Amino acid sequence: MLSGVFSVSETDSKIDHHWQRFTLKKQLSRYAVYLSFLIALVLSIRTVEVIPEFFYDAPEQIADLFARMWPISFEFYQISVHEAMIETLNIATLGTLVTLIFAVPLAFMNASNIVASPWSHWISRFFLVSSRSINSLIWALLFVAIFGPGVIAGVLAIAFRSVGFIGKLLSEAIEEINMGSVEALRATGAPWGAVLLKGYWPQVKPAFFSIVLFRWDINVRESAVLGLVGAGGIGIVLNNSMNLFEWQQVAMSLLAIFVVVIMAEIVVVNIRKRLI
Amino acid sequence: MTTNPPFLEIKGLKKEYVAGKPILKGIDLTISEPGIIAIIGPSGTGKSTLIRCINRLIDSTEGQIIFDESDVCQAKGTLLRQLRRQVGMVFQEYNLVERLSVIENVLTGRLGYMSSWQAWRRNFSQNDINTAFELLDAVGLSDHAKNRADSLSGGQRQRVGIARAVMQHPKILLADEPTSSLDPKTAAEIMELLAKFSRQKHIPALVNMHDVSLARKFAKRIIGMAEGVIVYDGDADGITDEILKQIYGGEEWLN
Repeated sequence: MLSGVFSVSETDSKIDHHWQRFTLKKQLSRYAVYLSFLIALVLSIRTVEVIPEFFYDAPEQIADLFARMWPISFEFYQISVHEAMIETLNIATLGTLVTLIFAVPLAFMNASNIVASPWSHWISRFFLVSSRSINSLIWALLFVAIFGPGVIAGVLAIAFRSVGFIGKLLSEAIEEINMGSVEALRATGAPWGAVLLKGYWPQVKPAFFSIVLFRWDINVRESAVLGLVGAGGIGIVLNNSMNLFEWQQVAMSLLAIFVVVIMAEIVVVNIRKRLI
Repeated sequence: MTTNPPFLEIKGLKKEYVAGKPILKGIDLTISEPGIIAIIGPSGTGKSTLIRCINRLIDSTEGQIIFDESDVCQAKGTLLRQLRRQVGMVFQEYNLVERLSVIENVLTGRLGYMSSWQAWRRNFSQNDINTAFELLDAVGLSDHAKNRADSLSGGQRQRVGIARAVMQHPKILLADEPTSSLDPKTAAEIMELLAKFSRQKHIPALVNMHDVSLARKFAKRIIGMAEGVIVYDGDADGITDEILKQIYGGEEWLN
C-alpha cells in the first residue's frame, strides 16, 4: 500500500538533474598534478645516473656476498658479538630512561590542560621539534665529537632523539584525558601535586607505558646502527668485520641483531598486554 | 553564644564569560539553615555557573561570596585550598577517577588535608580509612570497595561521588545536576542520600536541578532563577504555577 505513496515512476521526473563530483576547472587541475608527478619522476630518474654495468651486475654481487657469508661464524658470537649486543641493549635502555628526565617535563609544558601559557607551549614545542628533526645518527656524530667514541655518546644520541617522540606523544595523551575527574579533585582542595598524581597520572598511565615501551623497541634497533659512527654497541663490531671483509662474522652480527629485535618485540607485546 | 553566622552569604555576584554579556546579573543569597536547598530554572540561566563560583571552579567577575568568614572570590593559593576542602561537590557526570578503585576514589576526598608527598605514598590516616569504609557502607557499596570505579553503574558512581564529597567533612555540599543522568528511581535515591547526609552533618546542600517535582519533594527551600537573576526564593510550598511560568516562561508545558 505504501508503494503507491512513495514510489516515483519514471514519467514523474521531468528534469534531468546534473551532478558532477568535480567542476571542469578542478578536473583540469587534478590532471595537471598527475602530469607534474610524472615529469618529476622522469627528471629524477635521469639525475640519479645509474651506471648500467653496476646495475646489471647486482644479482651476481648479491649471490657472491651470500656465498661469502656462508657458513655463519657462530664462534664469533662468544668472541665479540655477545658483549657488544649487551652494550647495545644497555644503550637503548639507558637512553630511554635518560629521555624521560627531559621528555616528561616538556610534555607537561606542552599539554594545554596542564599549563595554559602559550609561551610554555612554544618553548616546549621548540625543544620537541628540534629533537625530532635530527636523526639519531647525526646526534651520535655530534656526541662522538664531544665525548669521544663509546657508550656515553650512544646513550645521549638515543636520549636526545627520543625526547621529541616521547614528549609529543605523551603531551597528546595528557590532553585527551577526562578533565572532569581533575576538576573534582581540584574541588576537594587537593594541592597541585596531588591533583597530578591522582587525577592526571591514573588516566595517562597506560598510554605512558605504551609510548615508552614502543620507543624502547625502536631504540634497540637504532642503537644497533649507532656503532657505525663509533657510538658503541654492535655497530662497531659490524663495522670492523665489514672493513676486514670478514663476511662470515658480518653474517653473525646481522643474525644477532635480527634475533634481538624480534625478542624485544615479543617482550614489549607481552608487557603491554599485562599493563593495559 | 551569639546567633550562628550564616553558612554562606553571596552579595551582588556577577559573572561575564564575554564582556558585556553577563550570565549572572547580581545574585544575593544567604544560606543559614541546613538541609536541601534546590535551585531550579531553565538551561543556560547560570545555575551551574553560580554553583561553580562558590568553590571557585569558575572565577566570578564581581561580588562577594562569604564562606567561613573569608571572601572566596579574593582567596588565593593555600587559603583557597583550605576553603575548597570545606566545600563538598557532587557532579552530574560523577567525575570519579575511573581507573582508581572505589575506596581510593572516596579517599581522594581527603587530599585537601594532605601534602602531595603524603598523597603519593597513599599515607591516609587510619581514621580516614575507617571513615571511608563507613561512608561506603552508608551509601550501600561496601562490596565494591576494591573494584575499579569504571565497573560501576551510573547510580553507583554517583553514590561514590557523594561519599567522596562527604569524606571532606564539608561545611556545605554543592551538587550540580546530580540526578540528571539517572533514571527517576535512582534519582530519588540519590536525593534521599543527599538529604540524609545534610541532616546528619547538619549542613546545607545546595542542589541544581531540572526536575521541579523532585525539588518539591526533597527541598524545604527553593530558589528559582531566570536569565541570571533570582526570581523566587522561599518555601517549596510557595512554588505555584504562576511562579513556574515566571521562571521557565510559557505555560503549555504545565498541563
